[in-house]
Amino acid sequence: MRQEVQSPQPPLLEVSRVIKHYNGAKPALNDVSFTVRKGEFISVIGPSGAGKSTLLRCINRMIEVTSGEVHFDGARVSQLKHAELKKLRSRIGMIFQHYNLVDRLTVIENALHGRLGAKSTLAGAIGNYSREEKSHALEVLAMLGLGEHVYQRCDRLSGGQKQRVGIARALVQNPAMILCDEPIASLDPNASRIIMDHLKKFSKEMGITLIVNLHQVNVAVNYSDRILGVNSGRIVFDGTPDELTTERISEIYGAQSDELIEGLQKQYAT
Amino acid sequence: MPPDIFRRRRRDSLVFFSALALLTAGAVVITRYDVIKGFTSVFRAVAWGASNFYPDTHALTKLPDIARKLWGTVLMSVAATTVAAVFATLLALLGSRTTRTHPAFSVLARGVASVFRNIPLVAWAMILMLAFSQSLLTGYLALFFGSLGFLTRAFIETMDEAGIQAVEALRATGAGYPAIVLQAVLPSSLPQMISWMLYMIDTNIRDATLVGLLTGTGIGFSFDLYYKSFHFHEASLVVIMIVVTVVAIEAISNCIRRIIIR
Repeated sequence: MRQEVQSPQPPLLEVSRVIKHYNGAKPALNDVSFTVRKGEFISVIGPSGAGKSTLLRCINRMIEVTSGEVHFDGARVSQLKHAELKKLRSRIGMIFQHYNLVDRLTVIENALHGRLGAKSTLAGAIGNYSREEKSHALEVLAMLGLGEHVYQRCDRLSGGQKQRVGIARALVQNPAMILCDEPIASLDPNASRIIMDHLKKFSKEMGITLIVNLHQVNVAVNYSDRILGVNSGRIVFDGTPDELTTERISEIYGAQSDELIEGLQKQYAT
Repeated sequence: MPPDIFRRRRRDSLVFFSALALLTAGAVVITRYDVIKGFTSVFRAVAWGASNFYPDTHALTKLPDIARKLWGTVLMSVAATTVAAVFATLLALLGSRTTRTHPAFSVLARGVASVFRNIPLVAWAMILMLAFSQSLLTGYLALFFGSLGFLTRAFIETMDEAGIQAVEALRATGAGYPAIVLQAVLPSSLPQMISWMLYMIDTNIRDATLVGLLTGTGIGFSFDLYYKSFHFHEASLVVIMIVVTVVAIEAISNCIRRIIIR
């Protein structure tokens, strides 16, 4: 599904030579560079602790990089002032493994939280949403199959439903890009498939760029245009799903790879 | 051979209860407390109470007067608690891990809460009396400072429990601090916070009696006056009315709790 480069369109996202040091001796990200075009569906795979979550959070500056630069749609992310950063974040949706909803609030209220970044301080503080914003949120929820649960509290929902609320919150931002941090790691296979199908649809039909952290290699292979393999803070693979051979997988995962590959082969056999 | 967990459990409880018994016996010996006399005097106290400490018809004529004093005390306790709750919310926002803007503020807020909470109410009343002498304001401020310390601590814990996850999500949408607090943190924490506030109101109505004794105001002062002038019937009426009020307020707050915490 990867398009050949036809026009010299500038990349939507450019991560160049990013290094992130926490307090430990080893950097969490070590000289990471890649570019992302508009509408691409990219999966990031790699063993736990490889730096996938850190990488995602450096893009919208939820984590400050130690050195290097992230360019998003022409803006130098590390140089942005407070108000500009909020504006940038409002154009980038984010989806989390644990959904990160306000459980005591209803589905529609959580979805509308996606509008807060685009509001004035006062309107955001009192949660004053316009009629258009509300009807947009309702449309998005209906599209995600949550039409019947709009006024239900989120703690009454199943995991798959909660994640769809999380997606709705990202979508009402009208984002250019959505960052997904292990979106299906807490879900059963059926709910996972529904979530991944929705994400795929956003990239294909709405032109939204997606960067998805995954730890299921087979899901990455089935859904992505392009896969990044991360190990110990470095990008060790950058290519299409076809190029992800078993040798490449073992390079990405090191010692953990054997059972992964076995699982993959089993899946292809059935 | 595996360690015998049952035998170890038995040994542990034997050691614990022996130590407790020893401690009790030691305390009794050192303070020369006569246990038998202590228990028998309970019966004498009850007998005395039954013959003297009950409201008679004359005491009932004082009922409106006592009720007015009690009502004033209840209102003061409520006001001290609610105002303290507002300030405690602000301090808790600085102190909680989920909402703090800087770790230094967090240490400061927790420190203030700890100091205020660990100064006993009576000490507060004594200290404030130096500044405001025996007045309603002294009692009000004593309750206010005690509540502020306790509620700040309780609110910090409530906000910590609400978790950083939704805060992270809202930060990622570009939402500002006021929106994050009002749209995510407070909706998660408010029911629990109100529950703590109701508990504090209960406690403060009880404690206001004691503070009133010291500061010469409210229902505590009425009790003191009646008791020290040997008007035991009136004093007993005061006690009964305090108990009835506290029980009623507790019933009301339990009712409110059931509605808001679901």
